[in-house]
Amino acid sequence: MTSPKISLHGVTKSFGAKKVLQGIDLDVAAGESVVVIGGSGTGKSVLLKCILGLMRPDTGAITIDGEESVDLSGDGRARIMRKFGMLFQGGALFDSLRVWENVAFGPIQSDGMAPAKARDIAIAKLGNVGLGPEIGELYPSELSGGMQKRVALARAIAREPEIIFFDEPTTGLDPIMADVINDLIVKCVSDLGATAVSITHDMASARKIGHRIAMLYDGKLIWQGPVADIDRSGNAHVDQFIHGRAEGPIQMQVRKL
Amino acid sequence: MSIPVVTVLGRMTLAFLASAGAITMFAGHAIRQVVRPPYYRRQILRQMLEIGYFSLPVVGLTAIFTGMVLALQSYTGFARFSAEAAIPNVVVVSLTRELGPVLAGLMVAGRVGAAMAAEIGTMRVTEQIDALTTLSTDPFKYLVGPRLIAGIVTLPILVLIADIIGVLGGYLVGVYKLDFNDTAYLRNTIDFLQFQDVFSGLVKAAVFGFLITLMGCYHGYNSKGGAQGVGMATTNAVVSASILILTFNYFITEAFFAR
Repeated sequence: MTSPKISLHGVTKSFGAKKVLQGIDLDVAAGESVVVIGGSGTGKSVLLKCILGLMRPDTGAITIDGEESVDLSGDGRARIMRKFGMLFQGGALFDSLRVWENVAFGPIQSDGMAPAKARDIAIAKLGNVGLGPEIGELYPSELSGGMQKRVALARAIAREPEIIFFDEPTTGLDPIMADVINDLIVKCVSDLGATAVSITHDMASARKIGHRIAMLYDGKLIWQGPVADIDRSGNAHVDQFIHGRAEGPIQMQVRKL
Repeated sequence: MSIPVVTVLGRMTLAFLASAGAITMFAGHAIRQVVRPPYYRRQILRQMLEIGYFSLPVVGLTAIFTGMVLALQSYTGFARFSAEAAIPNVVVVSLTRELGPVLAGLMVAGRVGAAMAAEIGTMRVTEQIDALTTLSTDPFKYLVGPRLIAGIVTLPILVLIADIIGVLGGYLVGVYKLDFNDTAYLRNTIDFLQFQDVFSGLVKAAVFGFLITLMGCYHGYNSKGGAQGVGMATTNAVVSASILILTFNYFITEAFFAR
């Protein structure tokens, strides 16, 4: 049996008295696309940042290709980061750089590629997400939200990573553009043969880009299984969430009117 | 009544020590990253332009009017005991030792320190700093290092130019308003000036350049909570840099000139 590409065991993370993650166990196989769903403030972003190494979990183990990554720093951390690509919720494009420089940032700054060659790669990656070379000369502030997401996707795949993370890839987009982004994500992940971990509360997106879905609630993964099984999970929390019902075991922290 | 006062004082002291410790650790980490490759030359050049070249107009204006006022004020004071001849000496020593570096430092803190905190703070709250990390680029090396290097290198050059412009301001008032002989004014200025006067001012400038960029980077890097957090980081960067400039100015002066 092959070891998982990403493996989390007993991962916990607290901020003061607030326990955000309470013992997360999750294995992601190579080439698999796992989507973590859950309401706002349930710790989805914290989970992603712990795997990426942007946050340090309080306890637990995170392994990438069998290598423990929590305590890595310096060259070891750089080696692990080289495997990652990340699409941030807001795009996180560098607004002082042109679009092609954003896409070519990793190849130039981290891999030492010549700017002319990196520019050609950036233009090709922009083409992969349906953007013409003329877009490369613009600045991120000159683009619409959907175009910024596409550029961010092009940047995430520019170094051909083995693992790609998607943080709320369709948030803030209209339904048609959201579907375009979902299609692009499926295509890019498939073309690269990459492993993908996404977090979202958009069920249409989760069903389209994931092979497997895991639901995070109250700091724990309360259900996980193939996408096809989500409608017959037998879990009241999952049922309430995927149908978007206000009534059910999940109670929102809001005052009664 | 005395217990709450002690409690408040204790909390303030602990908060101050925590901040001082955090800034020291930030500075230590930044310096360690600055001396190790890779070096982002393009970023360093960009920051040198931003800190040095684009600050020239504001620093130059400050310097020329300071030199002019200094000459005028010295004249009204020194005329009371017939010491007008000392005006060129007073202008050049005051400018090179104190007013050049301190005023340039304060102006750059207001212009560059604020912009730096706002830029890095915005990058923090829009996850651009996290994006740098995911692209295998150390934010300290890419963002903080070039700014520190540019601040340390550029501010002495800026202060040297400010010294010259300030002396020119004093010269203009001395010669064209107070009727000094132009050759005698310049001769007095050059003869009286010592290497240590200029050197101490340049050392101060390098230290101030480090402090301004450190405060801009530290407060920007640690900003939280969206637009309000970025605004607070900007204010904190300018206030803390200004206080540190005035504090370090005393200690550097004492190190150079105390007997």
